[in-house]
Amino acid sequence: MEYLLLVLVIPLLGGLVLALCGHRDYAPEVNVGVSLCTLVAAGLLTSHIIDGGPILVLDRQFLVDPLNVFLIALTALVGFTTSVFSRPYMRVERDRGKMSPKRMRLYHSMYQMFIFTMLVALSTNNLGILWVAMEAATLTTVLLVSVYRTAASLEAAWKYFILCGVGIAQALLGTILLYLAADKVIGAGGGALLWTNLDAVKTMLEPNVMALAFVFLLLGYGTKVGLVPVHNWLPDAHAEGPTPISAVLSGLLLNVALYAVLRCKMLADGALQNQLPGRLMIGFGLLSVVAAVFFLARQKDVKRMFAYSSIEHMGLMTFAFGLGGPVANFAGLLHMTVHSLIKSAIFFAVGHATQKAGTQLMANIRGVLKLSPTVGWGMLLGTLAILGMPPFGVFASEFLIITTAMRYLPWATPLLLVALGVAFAVIFVRVQEMVFGDSELKPLEHSPALLPVFVHLGLGLMLGLYIPPYLVGWYQQAATMIGG
Amino acid sequence: MMMQAYLIQSINLFASALLLLSFAMLSQRRILTLIHLFTLQGAALVAATVVVAYVTDQHHLYYSAAITLVTKVFVIPLLLHRLIDRLNIKWDVETLINIPTTMLIGILLVVFAFNLALPIVKLSSSIAHSTLGIALACVLLSFMMMITRAKAVPQVIGFLSMENGLFFAATAATYGMPMVVEFGIAFDVLVGVFILGVFMFQIREQFDSLDIRHLEKLKDD
Repeated sequence: MEYLLLVLVIPLLGGLVLALCGHRDYAPEVNVGVSLCTLVAAGLLTSHIIDGGPILVLDRQFLVDPLNVFLIALTALVGFTTSVFSRPYMRVERDRGKMSPKRMRLYHSMYQMFIFTMLVALSTNNLGILWVAMEAATLTTVLLVSVYRTAASLEAAWKYFILCGVGIAQALLGTILLYLAADKVIGAGGGALLWTNLDAVKTMLEPNVMALAFVFLLLGYGTKVGLVPVHNWLPDAHAEGPTPISAVLSGLLLNVALYAVLRCKMLADGALQNQLPGRLMIGFGLLSVVAAVFFLARQKDVKRMFAYSSIEHMGLMTFAFGLGGPVANFAGLLHMTVHSLIKSAIFFAVGHATQKAGTQLMANIRGVLKLSPTVGWGMLLGTLAILGMPPFGVFASEFLIITTAMRYLPWATPLLLVALGVAFAVIFVRVQEMVFGDSELKPLEHSPALLPVFVHLGLGLMLGLYIPPYLVGWYQQAATMIGG
Repeated sequence: MMMQAYLIQSINLFASALLLLSFAMLSQRRILTLIHLFTLQGAALVAATVVVAYVTDQHHLYYSAAITLVTKVFVIPLLLHRLIDRLNIKWDVETLINIPTTMLIGILLVVFAFNLALPIVKLSSSIAHSTLGIALACVLLSFMMMITRAKAVPQVIGFLSMENGLFFAATAATYGMPMVVEFGIAFDVLVGVFILGVFMFQIREQFDSLDIRHLEKLKDD
C-alpha cells in the first residue's frame, strides 16, 4: 500500500515542484530524478505484488493485480527512459528558440502530471475514476502537443482535444450504462462502479444494457487507443508534438487506453456469455491493421509514418485480445510490452535524427549512419525489431497471434500477413534510405542520450529470446484473468 | 400523492426544456445567444436534478445539482462571456447552411435516441427513467452541433452541452454517479474549458480568425 502511494504521489509532487522550477537550467535533471524515483517505487511495488499477491487498498478504490502491475512497471520504466532522452533533446529545442522558459516549465510539469494520470488510470479500481484519469491524461497531453505554439501544433492539439473529448464522452455514457446495470445487482452503497465488485457479479448483469455499454466504452476508449475509424487525432498529435511526447503517447498512453478496454471487456464477456465483445474487437483490430498500412504507405513525415505503425500495432493487439483464450491474450500482453519498448526507442532515435536534419520530411533526412553511427544503428535495429524480425520480441508475439488466428479465424490470417508484409516493405525501404547515404550536417550542441534507445532494444531482444520465468507466470496469470 | 405526481410531471417538463434548448442551440447563429441558451440548459439540468433529489430523497443529488449550478450556470458561462468579450466576437454571427435540413436530421436523431433508450428504460427503476431517451437525444444533438459548426466557440459549447446531456442521463437512469466521480468529471470539464479558452487566443494569434476551417492543413500525404 505504501509503495502504491509512493508510485502515485512522486509524479504528482514532481509535477507540482516542476510547475515552480521547470524553467530553470536544472529542471531536466529534476525531471529525470523524479522519474527515477517513480521507477524505483514501481519496482518495489512490483516485487511486493510478486511476493504477496494482488492488493486492494484505500477503501477498495485502488487495485493492483497481475494484469495492471506489469503495465505500471512498464509505464514507470518508459517514463524514466523518456525523461533521460528528453534532457538533451529539449535543451537543443530551447537553444534553437522553439521553447521559451515558460514553455519549458509547462512541458516539465505536464510531463510528470501525464505520468501521474496514467498511473492513476492503471491502478484505480473505480471505473469512474478510470474515466476521470483518462480525461485528465487527454488534457495534459493536449498541452504537451501544443507546446511549440506553431500553427500545425495548435491544429493537432485542437483536433486531439475535440476528437478525444467526443470519444471520452462516449466512454462516459458507457460507464453510466454500466453503472445502471450494476446498480440493479449490487444496489445502493456506492460500490457499483468498483471493478472488483462488478467482476464478482458480472454474470448477473443485464446483457442488453451491457452490450450497449460495451459498444460505447469500446468506441470511447478505442478513440484513445487509435482504432480506425476514430484514429484521426493520432498521427497529427504524434507528428506535431515534441518527440519525447510522441514516444510516451505511442509507448504508454495507447496501452493505458487498451487496458481500459480490456477491463470493460472482461465484464462484458461475463455478462453477455457470447462472442459479441470479442467479435467487435476483432473487427476493429483487423480494420485498424489493414487501414493503417494503407495510410502508412502515403506518408512523407517520418513521425507520422511511425504513428501509423502504432495504429497498426494497437490494432494487432486489439485483434489478439478479441480472439481471447490463454495463448492470444498472452501474445497480446507480450506485444503490448515489446511494442511500447521498441516504438519509444524508435521515436528516440528518430527524434535525434530529425533534430539533426532540422526536418521531419523523410526525403530530406539522409546519411544518419554517417552522421552518428549510434543513432543510425538505433533507428535501423529499432525498425527491424518493430517490423517483426526475429530474434526481437515483436516476432515472438506476432508469431503467436498469427498462429492462433490461423487456428480460430483462418480467413483473417492472409489479411494480417499481407498487411504486415506491406508495412515491412514500406517502412524498411524508407528507413534504409534515411540511414544510409551521405550527409554534411554538423553534430548537435548537446550530445544525444542514446542509452535509452539501446536499453529498450536490448529488453526487446531479451523478450524475443528469453522471457524470465516470473514474467511468464505473470503474463499467464493476466491472460487467464482476461479469459474470453 | 397528488404532489408527487406533479413533481414527476415537472421532471418531464424540465427534461423537455432541455431537449428544446438543444434544438435551439443547433440552429442559433449568434454566439452571445448561444451562450445564453447554454446557461439556460444548465439551469434546466439543475432544476431537474433538484426535483429528482427531492422526490427520491437522494441527498447526494443535491450536491450534484450544486456542482452543476456552480460550473455550468455560473463559472463556465462567465468564462465564455469573458472569452468572447476579449476576443471581440460578442456580436459575431455564424452563417449556418441549411437549418431546415439540420432540424430534420435532428428529429431523426431524437427518434433514434428514443429507440436506443428502450431496453435501458425497461431496466431502470428510477422515477425519471422515461426521460432517458431525452438525455440520449440531447447527447446526439450536441454531437451534431459539433459537427455542423465551423467556429471554435460554438464547437466548444456543443461539447459542453453534450456533457449536460450525459449528466442528465446519469441522473435519469441511476440517480447520478458516485460523488467522487462527479467531482472528477466537473473538475476535468472546468480545466478543459480553461485550456480551450487559452487555445482560442493562440489560434486567433496564429490564423487571425477562429474559423476551424483553418485547422485543416494537416493531411495524410
